[in-house]
Amino acid sequence: MARTVLPERQRSLLPSESPLALIDSTGVPVPDPVLEMPPDEVLLELHRRIVIGRRFDTQATALTRQGRLAVYPSSRGQEACEVGAALALREQDWLFPSYRDCVALVARGVDPVETLTLLQGGWHCGYDPHRHRVAPQCTPLATNALHAVGLAHAARLKDEDTVALVLLGDGATSEGDAHEALNFAGVWRAPVVFLVQNNGYAISVPVSKQNAAPSLAHKGIGYGVPSLLIDGNDPAAVHAALTDAVDVAASGGGPTLVEALTYRVEAHTNADDATRYRESDEVAAWLARDPLDRLETYLAARGLLDERRRAAVTEEAEAFAASVRERMNAEVETDPAELFAHVHARPTAALREQATLLAAEIAGGAA
Amino acid sequence: MAAALNRALADALDADERVLVFGEDVGPLGGVFRVTDGLAARFGERRVFDTPLAESGIVGTAIGMALNGMRPVVEMQFDAFAYPAFEQITSHLAKMRNRTRGAVELPVVVRIPYGGGIGGVEHHCDSSEAYYTHTPGLRVVTPGTPDDAYALLRDAVECPDPVIFLEPKRHYWTRGDVPLGRSSLGMDRALVRRPGRDVTLIAYGSMVSTALETAEAAAEEGWDVEVVDLRSLTPFDDATVTESVRRTGRAVVVHEASGFGGYGAEVAARLTERCFHHLHAPILRVTGFDVPYPPPMLEEHHLPSVDRVLDAVARLQWDDEVVRSGVGA
Ligand SMILES: Cc1ncc(C[n+]2csc(CCOP(=O)(O)OP(=O)(O)O)c2C)c(N)n1
Ligand SMILES: [Mg+2]
Repeated sequence: MARTVLPERQRSLLPSESPLALIDSTGVPVPDPVLEMPPDEVLLELHRRIVIGRRFDTQATALTRQGRLAVYPSSRGQEACEVGAALALREQDWLFPSYRDCVALVARGVDPVETLTLLQGGWHCGYDPHRHRVAPQCTPLATNALHAVGLAHAARLKDEDTVALVLLGDGATSEGDAHEALNFAGVWRAPVVFLVQNNGYAISVPVSKQNAAPSLAHKGIGYGVPSLLIDGNDPAAVHAALTDAVDVAASGGGPTLVEALTYRVEAHTNADDATRYRESDEVAAWLARDPLDRLETYLAARGLLDERRRAAVTEEAEAFAASVRERMNAEVETDPAELFAHVHARPTAALREQATLLAAEIAGGAA
Repeated sequence: MAAALNRALADALDADERVLVFGEDVGPLGGVFRVTDGLAARFGERRVFDTPLAESGIVGTAIGMALNGMRPVVEMQFDAFAYPAFEQITSHLAKMRNRTRGAVELPVVVRIPYGGGIGGVEHHCDSSEAYYTHTPGLRVVTPGTPDDAYALLRDAVECPDPVIFLEPKRHYWTRGDVPLGRSSLGMDRALVRRPGRDVTLIAYGSMVSTALETAEAAAEEGWDVEVVDLRSLTPFDDATVTESVRRTGRAVVVHEASGFGGYGAEVAARLTERCFHHLHAPILRVTGFDVPYPPPMLEEHHLPSVDRVLDAVARLQWDDEVVRSGVGA
């Protein structure tokens, strides 16, 4: 939504009845009165990042099968949200991702192996959050929403032009923290954007058991947070909506809640068996609405994506995956002493003593 | 053990129509550890159902249901994901009887898979027992074997007090060699799993098997080790444990949770108070380090192992030498 319609938006906090979209599932553009189609170079970058992201996701799944990752929650099918969110942020903005959002991290430029450290099991967070302004991937659901609000509000207190974007699942919107975060954001008019990736399920539980409102976007109303319902498999719509929400937040317009309708194509994680709770027809129907296919159809029809460019992007994605594979197949260096290193600013005497005992034990001496 | 818990829930649902089972993914999926597998199909969605994803909501509504005559058995998906329910558990579930001078009873069971050793990533491996045992009004129990899982859970569901039922998740796949049935022991009693003369190993949950293995290994070194499985962390079975330690004169407490301020500290203190003149050595603890639960690749260094427990046994002043360190590990 262009900034010009901001006053109108503030009058009504209601999301639209049907999800906003710019490219329909067959790749045909649909004009939207509110959202503006991103410029061509942005669409091409979305395409490139989605291709790389999807290849990375497949690679991570393969590495999990080979026992290289402890667990992997795939975001296959959700790339429009993952990449759209990452590209909507400016360099100074912060991303607050969940465990599902490895592809968003990679699109933001976090090193892929550092991204996978958590799931590989070497450490809890493999990257320096300050470096890319990406908070540690969050597993306790919805807790990161409050962190995003706090960071965003602090930026305003410091007169910094920083927006925080938090990624939540449909299930996470049921947690108390999600509601507290929306309320704080509304009351403080914090420069924060909530993106709810409604992928249909919280593990096995369908959204219908999670929510009785007309949409998850409606949750914003009671907190005074304007809300949008968008087609989460439309990369153009996701990017347009989030860029605008970031823009509004940065210019003092306050928070926005965006619900993106998408689908979790894979099981919850590799450890889950989705056949226990959903039909394969449902998956097939969503595969037909694939975010990458529709973007490619649209770009090709516009003459923006020829065979050469497509091949170049594919090649780049393959090289990226090959490098991830190679680096992830190297033995992981872990140091047991690190158990004690980061508990406090300086290890306490008790921790130093425990570290000594462990070192002696490992050295084969008597503990 | 998961199958034993499943049977216990099924039998409890069968035995009393006030019993309800609910939580996250406990319905059609049967729980992420399959402990509720098949229950929704068998007992219907009115009695076994998925809730919105909110732990505070789950325990809070369980309290309301119990207030209205039901006997809810709720599941927290993992140890660390029970923390959003902490307020409901500590301020309401635990205190309601006391606040109302006994007028209100809350027979709620909160099942919590806990502990590590399964290669789980962060927030999936906490041992949070001390938070609950430190809360008056709660009963905290944890089975060490599949047959005990069955018996304890049946007792917990029938208990008039709220019960925190901690399931050692690394034993979900452990098979039992004893047929499932009710135990005449009841829920509050500790059990001597292996008799011995020289030293008492005190363990619970996942560490019972570690203690038993240690006892085997110690036998080869000439120590006759007794293993006590606490089963109930609160109330604490002073009689059984005190009797054992007075007899052996030496004791080691083992748990996965961090040592500082941990449950083992309470056990050691109580035993010191009650057995001081019978002790030949200070009571030692073998526990996790005082660090946040490590990532999968480092957890083996954190968890008490047979070697570590054996080493503690060796330090029990057999030659009247001074214990080398106050730290258990
Ligand atoms: C506080 C909390 N409770 C429970 C869990 C266990 N859990 C992990 S993912 C998940 C489902 C989340 O669903 P949703 O928010 O829709 O995100 P998705 O996995 O679909 O991306 C659950 C219940 C958790 N991580 N945190
Ligand atoms: Mg979901």
